Amino acid sequence: MAEYKLLTKDFAVEGLETLGVYERTGGYQGLRKALKDFTPDSLVEEVKTSQIRGRGGAGFPTGMKWSFLPKGVFPRYLCCNADESEPACFKDRYLIDKSPHQLVEGLLIAAYALQVETAFIYIRGEYEEQRQLLVRAVEEARAQGYIGRGILGSQFSCDVIVHGGAGAYICGEETALIDSLEGNRGQPRLKPPFPAVKGLYGQPTVVNNVETLCNLPHIVMNGGEWFAGIGVERSRGTRLWCCSGHIEKPGVYEMELGKPIRELLDEHCGGIWKGRRLKAFQPGGGSMQVLLPEHLDLPLDMDAVMKAGSSLGAGAMMFMDETTCLVNVSMRLVDFYHHESCGKCAPCREGTYFESDLMHKLEAGHATAEELATLADICDNMNGKCFCPLGDTATWFVMSAFTAFREEFEAHCDAGECPVAARNRAAVAA
Amino acid sequence: MTLSAQTRQAIQSHKDRYPHPKSAILPSLWEVQHEKGWITPEGMELVAEVLGLTPSEVQAVATFYSMYFQKPPGRHSLLVCVNVACALRGADETVAYLEKKLGTPPGTTTADGAFTWDATIECLGGCGYAPMMQIDHHFHEHLTPDRIDHILETVAAEGHGDPAKPRRPAPPTK
Repeated sequence: MAEYKLLTKDFAVEGLETLGVYERTGGYQGLRKALKDFTPDSLVEEVKTSQIRGRGGAGFPTGMKWSFLPKGVFPRYLCCNADESEPACFKDRYLIDKSPHQLVEGLLIAAYALQVETAFIYIRGEYEEQRQLLVRAVEEARAQGYIGRGILGSQFSCDVIVHGGAGAYICGEETALIDSLEGNRGQPRLKPPFPAVKGLYGQPTVVNNVETLCNLPHIVMNGGEWFAGIGVERSRGTRLWCCSGHIEKPGVYEMELGKPIRELLDEHCGGIWKGRRLKAFQPGGGSMQVLLPEHLDLPLDMDAVMKAGSSLGAGAMMFMDETTCLVNVSMRLVDFYHHESCGKCAPCREGTYFESDLMHKLEAGHATAEELATLADICDNMNGKCFCPLGDTATWFVMSAFTAFREEFEAHCDAGECPVAARNRAAVAA
Repeated sequence: MTLSAQTRQAIQSHKDRYPHPKSAILPSLWEVQHEKGWITPEGMELVAEVLGLTPSEVQAVATFYSMYFQKPPGRHSLLVCVNVACALRGADETVAYLEKKLGTPPGTTTADGAFTWDATIECLGGCGYAPMMQIDHHFHEHLTPDRIDHILETVAAEGHGDPAKPRRPAPPTK
């Protein structure tokens, strides 16, 4: 089974990041068609028909999100969330590296549907090379009349501003992104009011992920019904899978939703490296719960993976072979959330500190069994009690790993030795 | 250490670009860092003056984001990702090699002032090409000791990351 290439179909074309080449592959035809054949309202309906769900992590239906904007309240704003930053996710970077114009075209289509005259692309500071590609793409598109007043002779006007961040994972949370874009410390806001009602500068605002927007030219060109025919019930279209860890061929692969995870691992990633066995994997990104080899037959379907206790999140697949210590992996992920906690609410600010402290003790073999119980207690006091999902997700992987690999965690306690490290040493000696 | 007229002009044009002046704060701070290599007190005052804010408002923002330097860094900044995806493919070994090579632990600057470097838990988005590092915002991936030697030599020879202009343009094609 080959990859199903929709967003990535022209990615082998040399020079695709330039306007001329992008146009020769059919670029900006989607925008032309949207302006010619659709009204803003009928375009929102078309996107609803496609059943596309957001690709940023939460999987909320895009058309429904759009329809929450209150009627007749202007100006409205559109923000493309290119903050990525989720551990093990690098698809947005890939999409921008290969085809920045595809994103700009998708952004303009969304702006037309939402009647937005100022659209932003918020890109993380670490993606400076990608920010420069986008700035160049926006300049080219402006010179060609795709951005500005009366786009392509229509009544539609839109400006696009590429806004670089400066290092803060939390800004991928949509209200923190808005806060950051307004020029503040990027901290999440209380919801409701939701951004659709009161977002950027207090106006109705939509925040969409890079990959979501990149789908729009294809939905417009081929129709919402066509798109709704790809994939499976409630998981329509393709997704880009960021594959990393102990596999032969790490990278980004686009696949139709609904295929088994095993197919992604065996046929695209080349299986687990060095002829070893799979021990565990993490779908969705650093926030999501661990899954086991028995879950490889699950379909790449948002609801099915959620039922199994994890999530497809932002499209990551990180595979770990039998030589991996899950205590070490958990410690790194907990460290990440500790580092990135914005400090606004106590359960996250304090909780991630204690989590990280205990995980380091455990990793070093200095934790007691009682402290391991404290870790579980701290996580219980964080999950669902934090101001935003960052604090909740700081507990998901470590708790799922503790449940699935309890013996491994317990073996680290009371001056214990990591059983995996011992096995690895024995294997080298043999 | 006053800032150049050019930087003032750049901050002014960021201000004019946004619906609200305060939104220009991040790009304006980048301009300060481009010129001075870090976020100087004078730089924060200039941003405050042009955008019509107080210096403390600017400082509150400047200290929230991890990429703004709060003190003068070396000529180049080097970050190695040690989050899980990179760690699974040898990021710890990369860090150990760099520590030996640079002669100074993560979180410090080399004696000759060439590199300020760190091992960061923040995922840099190079998971599929790990282990990886960024030097002056450029991705360097699939690292091996030999490649690291070569990259560091090239960076030293070509003078990437001149503190006056740490964000040089991206290569023409990717």
